[in-house]
Amino acid sequence: MRRYEMICVGAGPAGLAAAIEAARNGVQVVVYDENDRPGGQLFKQIHKFFGSQEHRAKERGFNIGQSFLDEARELGVEVSLNSVVLGIYENGALNVMIADRIEQVLAQKTLVATGASENMIPFPGWTLPGVVGAGAAQTMANIHGIRPGNDILMVGSGNVGVIVSYQMMQAGSRVAAVIDAAPEIGGYAVHAAKIARVGVPFMMSHTIKEAHGKDRVEGATVIQVDESWKPIAGTEKRFEVDTICIAVGLNPMTQLLRMAGCKTAFVPALGGRLPVHDENQETSVKGIYVAGDVSGIEEASTAVIEGRIAGLSIAHSLGYLDEASFLEQRAQQYASMKGLRSGSHGERRGKAKEYLNAVLKGTMNAL
Amino acid sequence: MRIEEHPILGTFEKGSPVQFTFDGQTMEGFEGEPVAIALRSNGVLIHRYTTRRNEPRGMFCAIGRCTDCIMVVNGQPNIRTCVEPLKVGMVVETQKGNGPERITE
Repeated sequence: MRRYEMICVGAGPAGLAAAIEAARNGVQVVVYDENDRPGGQLFKQIHKFFGSQEHRAKERGFNIGQSFLDEARELGVEVSLNSVVLGIYENGALNVMIADRIEQVLAQKTLVATGASENMIPFPGWTLPGVVGAGAAQTMANIHGIRPGNDILMVGSGNVGVIVSYQMMQAGSRVAAVIDAAPEIGGYAVHAAKIARVGVPFMMSHTIKEAHGKDRVEGATVIQVDESWKPIAGTEKRFEVDTICIAVGLNPMTQLLRMAGCKTAFVPALGGRLPVHDENQETSVKGIYVAGDVSGIEEASTAVIEGRIAGLSIAHSLGYLDEASFLEQRAQQYASMKGLRSGSHGERRGKAKEYLNAVLKGTMNAL
Repeated sequence: MRIEEHPILGTFEKGSPVQFTFDGQTMEGFEGEPVAIALRSNGVLIHRYTTRRNEPRGMFCAIGRCTDCIMVVNGQPNIRTCVEPLKVGMVVETQKGNGPERITE
């Protein structure tokens, strides 16, 4: 069995940031990622980030991803791609499938930064070719350079829905409308305004009724919903589209953590059932840490800070970082986080994070 | 379907053009790109038909998670074409149900 001081599962922004922070302090780190390229979803983010300079505002995700990779390499972090972590044993050992071989590896500290998967809503015709996840549309256009379709209906007005809509237009597609069953636009106004400005209609309190077509999507019918989200008969409207994009939220990928026996709590503000964790990003199972979307759906910038906190905390607990410097650096990260967990969206998430910590400490009961 | 010039990303770096076959028909794609992308650029959206209801399925998640895009590649069924790199001369076929039964060593 191979041994490391630290294993990161996931080479997205959280995993890479943690690996960098730990390696900088002398920790021997390996990062596993099931994909054939690292960076997680960062390389699909072609919009400019906002926030302040320290959060890499005005930079595009793919540039940020590249600089993380360069930094990790310089620090000697081992990044193992095409490596699927299949399971975790009681002693903390991991089963990793690398190409077609299965290996067992054990680390003193394991960071699970597996991210999230997309939510889906079923409707008649949702299995037709031409119905895709918003992430898929983004992957096709921004990584592989192919348009998912010519005429797109976007289902969901959260940040993913509005950002991907704009990206589809940059790719040369037409966005027929953005619909959402909720009465208000879910995404940031800045992103929504970019597509509203060029005339994409937002149809709030509308859901998708069905996709039309025999072998592929040839159209979609949407329907208005009332305050209790029930469809209102007679309000159907048909769109002639060849693609339906689903952007209805993300769900933390906690399989490994549940396998490891980490205590969880249900927190709708952060995307569902999540591992409870403390201010060092450590879960209820000693030695297992979390960062990024798997510990609560937020943003790439918050994922990076959580990753750094986890990396520092691991370096400290392995004896590479003394107490005083650790506390000082952690405080700096939390100060930086404060700016991201403010505003109506951020504050709600910040409170939810405090709740997760309180559940872990036993001062609150888990839902 | 291919994006020739992207306003942010410019042109996309691709491998060399290679030929492959889809259900016996010769097609062109770029080496190393996912098989599903090469198919899509040739207008192919249906990857397989389901076992019980014989319904068409195509690319859905594009990151190798949902398995909706599985096909028979070089005789081997259940290949996730959205993450399978295209190679010269690949034989790609629409998968019917679970695909051809075969025993591998």
